[in-house]
Amino acid sequence: MPVISYREAVRHALAEELERDPNVVVMGEEVAQFNGAYKVTEGLLAKFGPQRIVDTPISEAGFIGMGVGASMLGIRPVMELMFWSFYSVAFDQILNNAANVRYMSGGLINCPIVIRGPANGGTNVGATHSHTPENVLANHPGVKVVVPSTPYDAKGLLKSAIRDNDPVMFLENTILYGEKGEVPTEEYVIPLGVADVKREGTDLTIVTYGRSVLHSLKAAEILEKEHDVSVEVVDLRTIRPLDIDTVLASVCKTHRVLIVEEQKPFASVGSQLAFMIQKEAFDDLDAPINRLATVDAPAIYSPPVEVEQLPNPQRVLKAALATVA
Amino acid sequence: MSKKPTATAEKKAEAPTGGDFSKAPVNASLSREERIELYRKMVRIRRFEERSLRAYQSKKIGGFLHLYIGQEAVAVGACSLMGKDDHVITAYRDHGHAIAVGMDTKPLMSELYGKATGCSKGKGGSMHYFAPELNYWGGHGIVGGQIPLGVGLAYGLKYKGLKGAAMAFMGDGAVNQGAVHEAYNLAALWNLPVVFVIENNGYSMGTSQARSSAGELAKRAAGYDMDWGQCQGHDIYEVRATMDKFLRLAREKSRPATVEIDTYRYRGHSVADPDNTYRSKAEIEEYRRTKDPIQLFQNQLVSEGVLDEALIAKIDEEARSEAELAAEYAEASPFPTVDDIQKDVYWEADNPSQRASKGRLFFD
Repeated sequence: MPVISYREAVRHALAEELERDPNVVVMGEEVAQFNGAYKVTEGLLAKFGPQRIVDTPISEAGFIGMGVGASMLGIRPVMELMFWSFYSVAFDQILNNAANVRYMSGGLINCPIVIRGPANGGTNVGATHSHTPENVLANHPGVKVVVPSTPYDAKGLLKSAIRDNDPVMFLENTILYGEKGEVPTEEYVIPLGVADVKREGTDLTIVTYGRSVLHSLKAAEILEKEHDVSVEVVDLRTIRPLDIDTVLASVCKTHRVLIVEEQKPFASVGSQLAFMIQKEAFDDLDAPINRLATVDAPAIYSPPVEVEQLPNPQRVLKAALATVA
Repeated sequence: MSKKPTATAEKKAEAPTGGDFSKAPVNASLSREERIELYRKMVRIRRFEERSLRAYQSKKIGGFLHLYIGQEAVAVGACSLMGKDDHVITAYRDHGHAIAVGMDTKPLMSELYGKATGCSKGKGGSMHYFAPELNYWGGHGIVGGQIPLGVGLAYGLKYKGLKGAAMAFMGDGAVNQGAVHEAYNLAALWNLPVVFVIENNGYSMGTSQARSSAGELAKRAAGYDMDWGQCQGHDIYEVRATMDKFLRLAREKSRPATVEIDTYRYRGHSVADPDNTYRSKAEIEEYRRTKDPIQLFQNQLVSEGVLDEALIAKIDEEARSEAELAAEYAEASPFPTVDDIQKDVYWEADNPSQRASKGRLFFD
């Protein structure tokens, strides 16, 4: 099976869907002539032309809103946010218009838009460029939220997102863009809302998603080798819809849970998970649900310290040992 | 009115035939029946709004109610020009446009009552009317937030190669929102077939134009190299003649434009507005006496020999009766149920046999 990068996997998903459906258009800042700020869309302009691959001004509220309007007429815009952090200037368009239009029209109007781009810290770009808004987005009924961790997942999930008739928020990661993994050449899609057990284990369940999956897998290896702790790593892949059943099945097997998330702790995705796990698997828990999140402050710039603000393998290891103690 | 005194007086749209817009081709070509229909729609809007105000006062309607009384010639005039590929989007003062594009008043009133038979099943309310089958895309609550969507409708038309135009209506307060300017830039940059329509009723809620907006409103379009125009909104013929010019440019040459239409609302910003802090009763009476769009068009059609007293009375009686029947229909309709709250959120949840995703969509 070919090994390709996360970046290429996203690009292949875009290219295949552009090929399949003439209503798909890719828009965003620097996506065409510049070949993408992170080179995700490299080569797409040459292949599909300026009608399908469209450079926008730096004008997120304007072009995202335009995409929402076009999607009501049946266009399937895939809008790139150079950073998901910039969603705040398009908040009204995304979370008032895209999220609500189906509801407020009594189901008469659909909004099949995808908004995608990186959402992560760890690149020393300071607080304004390091937001991870999956919890904020998932707090809005009407939108779906996807956070893939591997090239294989990124490709299969993005293809599903583009075919979805509801607005889908697709959160990638600049640090993962260069990560490689096996991706088949034949076509496949991964349905939204299906978690993936990335590693099987019996003593502790780590529920996580996005880049934290990689940290958790590294920590799990150390826990196995050095501490004789067998860890199961559940990658949510999609935040909303949420595959809570896979999480609960794992909890029933291991009886201990650590949630790892690159999120500020207050009202995070992990907060929701912890509520659901205690509600639905209370009798299976042998210890309080634990959580490792981002240290609760705006993203610090200082490069060595930012590493410690975010989840990392050592922090996961420490939290895991505390959870099984 | 506390508008900038210079704005529309100097820049008034040029009448093609010396101030009489009835001679403009788009109006001269109207049949007798079409003229009557324009008049009837304006009367139907006014009676609908008056009836909905009574329902609000008797606590049948919750939330906000932004009445269109006084502005009828704008929506009716502009929407009467729509072809099959023309589209409309507007803000929260949306009842007039809904009736103008042809929505039935029964589900409109029912929506105000919060009933399941409402046009949005009681889920949208007064500010959120939609009828995609009539190319009517709402009904949006956030000032200026609908304008990028209007540009998206125009983008969709152009992408599909259709010869249509989108009309994106906003109030005079919306011109100060950033999203409107981002939308202007995109429309002009990409030559999208959209006509931005500023319905200037002089007040953004309780703040007059003079206290909220620098410069002339429509003229801001010039900064984006966009065509722009102004006209009087009390004369439906003038509205049609002006809008026709810019809609043709949009449809035929994919050229966007901004049109500022001077109009006036007789009621407060919403009916919750006591309307006694920022303008005088005399100002309202003066407009009503000299510029009421329905009265003026009635006079015009009488002089044209199209309307007579009997027909005027008949149209008015029918409009009152229609509004009353709509209220009765709304009253008799059931409310949505608690089970309905989570319907119409996701397409997939409402179409389970075609659902591709798994997992929970809703949470307790």
